Amino acid sequence: MGTESIQFHRDADRLTHDLRHRGLIQKALGGYYVKRDEQKAKYTDWQEARTSAAAAKYEAVNHLDKYLLELTEKLEARGTKVFWAADGAEAAEYISSVARNAGVKRIIKSKTMTGEEIHLGPALEKAGLEVVESDLGEFIVQLREEPPYHIVFPSMHLTRGEIDETFQKKLGSPHADTPEELTMIARGVMRQKYCQADMGMSGANFAVAETGHISITENEGNARLSTTLPKVLVSIVGIEKVIPKLEDLAVLLPMLATAGAGQNMTCYNTLLGGPRQPGETDGPTEFHVVLLDNKRTSLLADAEQRDALHCIRCGACLNVCPIFKNIGGHSYGTTYQGPIGSVITPHLRGLQSWKHLSFSSSLCGACHEACPVRIDLHHHLLQNRRNAIAEKSVWWEKPIFAGFAWFMRRPALYRLAAPMLRLGAPVLHAIRGKFFDPARMWTGTRDLPPAPPQSFKEYWRKRNG
Amino acid sequence: MKITLFIPCFIDQYYPGAGIGMVRILEKLGHAVEYPESQTCCGQPAFNSGYWDEARSVAETMLDAFRDAEVVVGVSGSCGAMLKVFYPELFHGHPREAEAKALAAKTHEFSSFLVNVLGVGDLGVSYPAKATFHDGCHGLREMGIKREPRELLKHVRGLELVEMKEAETCCGFGGTFSVKFPEISTAMGEVKCASILETGAELVISNDSSCLMQIQGILDRQGKKIRSMHLAEVLANF
Repeated sequence: MGTESIQFHRDADRLTHDLRHRGLIQKALGGYYVKRDEQKAKYTDWQEARTSAAAAKYEAVNHLDKYLLELTEKLEARGTKVFWAADGAEAAEYISSVARNAGVKRIIKSKTMTGEEIHLGPALEKAGLEVVESDLGEFIVQLREEPPYHIVFPSMHLTRGEIDETFQKKLGSPHADTPEELTMIARGVMRQKYCQADMGMSGANFAVAETGHISITENEGNARLSTTLPKVLVSIVGIEKVIPKLEDLAVLLPMLATAGAGQNMTCYNTLLGGPRQPGETDGPTEFHVVLLDNKRTSLLADAEQRDALHCIRCGACLNVCPIFKNIGGHSYGTTYQGPIGSVITPHLRGLQSWKHLSFSSSLCGACHEACPVRIDLHHHLLQNRRNAIAEKSVWWEKPIFAGFAWFMRRPALYRLAAPMLRLGAPVLHAIRGKFFDPARMWTGTRDLPPAPPQSFKEYWRKRNG
Repeated sequence: MKITLFIPCFIDQYYPGAGIGMVRILEKLGHAVEYPESQTCCGQPAFNSGYWDEARSVAETMLDAFRDAEVVVGVSGSCGAMLKVFYPELFHGHPREAEAKALAAKTHEFSSFLVNVLGVGDLGVSYPAKATFHDGCHGLREMGIKREPRELLKHVRGLELVEMKEAETCCGFGGTFSVKFPEISTAMGEVKCASILETGAELVISNDSSCLMQIQGILDRQGKKIRSMHLAEVLANF
């Protein structure tokens, strides 16, 4: 087992026993389910809406060559500088140089998972820049020096009390009881940072090729401030975020809000079309869009799993995933948690190091059912498993499955299984859960059923006897 | 109609009552049933573990076993989905792809076959109990079976069906997942069992015995006095 897999097993096993954590997540998501279902009920046909959303993303992802060029052309026409970054290092290098050239010292950032993916914050801090997160949830986990717990709800694992503790310790703020008080503390800190920042940084929910717009969705207004107040703006955009037409947003924005947070529409939806234009009095004077590949093109090359690039990062698959709900977001050890993370991380960061996430699934399919853009998530987990084994089988598993196949191809031999089971079952029962119990991976936590007096095959033979 | 039975290895070895129940019901409805004895396992454990070559070699024995069948009716949503949904994928580009597709097309899950093909609702049985129904994920999401078992249970005299809070949430079994990641699998099962216990039911019914092995295994370990039964066993109570 690689270090990633060892870490996963350790953290996942610990959290599955943490009943406080289980209760916290169940409660948080319980509220989400109610709101999501209320919003879904407003659609004339949610399934048709999923099909439309998937079609828009399919068109974009299967014609990236066309739409990325169109997006670039439209953005550049209004004075935006577009940089194509092959990986995180190139993106960080470019953004650092933009900061250097513009004499930037402080950056205010609004939530970007793409930025998280390439560890952009730490890279810029290393270049001597101050980077402050302005999304409340992200701000909290940044103070705690933790990665986001969930791609949409970064601090959903924390209670109000824990947030209060963090604020007292890191900000020296007085004890606060209510969400309103806590928000005011965060706001007090952030307002200063907005005014001091000389660079704003954002991600993108969508990038509209037709009109050359970056579309940002948020509930706190922090992205609007981060993107419009500082003199320099950088938006980091995964290449799969491009969509063909402005009208695609008509289906994608409400679906993102409903699937992601159980909202009709997210509170603030902003379209950024370029830097300050002649005659305009506000807005950034420089606008840079960094188009990031970072192995997205290798996922694109996999025709079977290409639809994973449809992902709009709504988090719906995490919210319904029974694995996620029990092991929590941090156990994954990835930027993208839950089913989508388990599917794409092997493509982005190496199959052999991250295959364990694809195996850690009951393949229940709740993720696929919840996905607003119809990504075939649980089947992709199966494909990752197949690809991982085809590339490198597990030394002790290979003979087991070869033996299994040899045995199951011999019906006459298979018939002996029932009497063997009857003989073995009492022995297994007596040693259940013990170290030398061959079934202890099952019996450690669960009972085995008793062996029945006859198998179906025996019944059938007797009946036709 | 001549019906060919698909009795997955799991049912054969551990839960023959489900298979026997299905035989009795189909015969009561006046159908001839046959059971090719050369069938063993559908190959799902190897398939789900990434060993597709091994899975395919096992699956070929099933293609042979059911070659001449008119309709194949299976008593498990999960193994049924293996034949119906995953065989075409497993044999994609393989010389026997057409056979796999043909088998997929004639394979049915038991409750769906009764309701949608035979048009049966009321089997004229009674089973006095307060029960809840667990939807096995493969039956539910791969094969779209949700209404059918409930339609059949609705007509069972004396059976009070109480829906649990998260009937569609996975029980955590997941085949080899349950022994590869026993802690996660058990935690999922505990959540499921809590939903079951909340209903106050004395009986949990499912169309998948593998889910019931997980659920009953946890309930037994917890010392809870709830029984589990396959849908076919309940419906064969005549």
